[in-house]
Amino acid sequence: MAGSNKTKITPPRWLLAELTYACPLQCPYCANPIDYAKYQSELDTEDWKRVLSQARKMGAVQLGFSGGEPLTRKDLPELVKHARDLGYYSNLITSGYGLTEEKIAQLKEAGLDHIQVSIQASTQELNDHLAGTESFQHKKEVAHLVKKHGYPMVLCVVIHRENIHQMPQILEMAEELGADYLELANTQYYGWAHANRDLLLPTKEQFEQAEQIAQAFKEKVAGKMKIYYVVPDFYEDRPKACMNGWGTTFLTIAPDGVALPCHSARELPDMDCPNVKDYSIEQIWNESKTFNFFRGFEWMKEPCSSCDEKEKDFGGCRCQAYLLSGDMYAADPVCSKSPNHHVIQDAIDSAKASALADNEKPLIFRNSKNSRLLS
Amino acid sequence: MSINPDQTIKFSPMHRLQWEEAQQKDVILYPEGMVELNQSSAEILKMCDGTRKLDQIIDDLEQKFATTGLANDITAFLEVALKNGWIQQN
Repeated sequence: MAGSNKTKITPPRWLLAELTYACPLQCPYCANPIDYAKYQSELDTEDWKRVLSQARKMGAVQLGFSGGEPLTRKDLPELVKHARDLGYYSNLITSGYGLTEEKIAQLKEAGLDHIQVSIQASTQELNDHLAGTESFQHKKEVAHLVKKHGYPMVLCVVIHRENIHQMPQILEMAEELGADYLELANTQYYGWAHANRDLLLPTKEQFEQAEQIAQAFKEKVAGKMKIYYVVPDFYEDRPKACMNGWGTTFLTIAPDGVALPCHSARELPDMDCPNVKDYSIEQIWNESKTFNFFRGFEWMKEPCSSCDEKEKDFGGCRCQAYLLSGDMYAADPVCSKSPNHHVIQDAIDSAKASALADNEKPLIFRNSKNSRLLS
Repeated sequence: MSINPDQTIKFSPMHRLQWEEAQQKDVILYPEGMVELNQSSAEILKMCDGTRKLDQIIDDLEQKFATTGLANDITAFLEVALKNGWIQQN
């Protein structure tokens, strides 16, 4: 097995608490697993409080409340308060759907540090189409209310072929809404985005043009707005240092209590991911098979094992290696040194052919019906 | 961007400065990020409470650590802090 007792284990710093898979939106690039509908059970309030306490004790300090839509959990204010009492810096990652001014004030009072609102596009028509729900106007109101109540306002826009042409308008919208941070997240092709890749992956020319526009804007708003640009790794020739290395920094807890080194890891074979109902966070982080699986470098195959960049990118993403090559030990095919690198060009070509086709198949929206159909 | 010596300096309400027991150091926390501070940077930022101007911060730190000649280092660090949005003036 992979993993090594000799690898020094660093404590978790970031905890992603996926409180629920329930969501009123149906974004076709959702990072939740395709088969999410089969995980019906959710941790209760006491389970979450225990998880937060145990992870904090080990050194986790950044906390994301995510989902699904975390606002669907009635105990969110109670969990936020518990997190604040423990000293977490907590972030609500929300669609804004169902968020009222009263709730925004209540969460501030409970100790929430910031709210990240996702917007799907710069126009109502496209936003509501992609979200599968009428939500655009309300999201903009929520963004204003978040500012009004003194939170740093983070706007997150996932970028793909359906909205990449709106880059100038998206940037204008962020400025108009007074975003303190703008996250321009080029779609990463996992989960639902993987299933819809032919319809979502832009061309290289589209990427380059959008990136130029975003970079120029970044200089214009320097000092006022910070822009996080999540790179489109299909157009890079080296893989991302996924999760800053497996089991080094990030801990995700899925709604049913399964602990994951990244939010996609439950899709890898034979992981036997541990559940927080059975083990403490310390046992999971330090001793579980899952968290030790890809720690260190001994698990690597060529070309990674002798690569002089392995300490920089850790061979890239294990989930992407598995999704694209069928081998989770292989180099991330994004890397130009990977023997499977051609699958990236194949994906780009396939997406381009789909865009040019007369009758392009429709997007598969993320909902329970489609989840059951596809899994 | 440079420090205005006539205005007081305060730590940004959009960030949080906090001692981390597990890391045995002070850190700055903000949306999706964390900066680990060395001891001198943390001491400077703790002086930015909205009541002191640049000169007072320098005087108070030189007194606290019974030394002189800190002006350049403190000013340079505060300019970095201002540029990063960790501190504000007026």
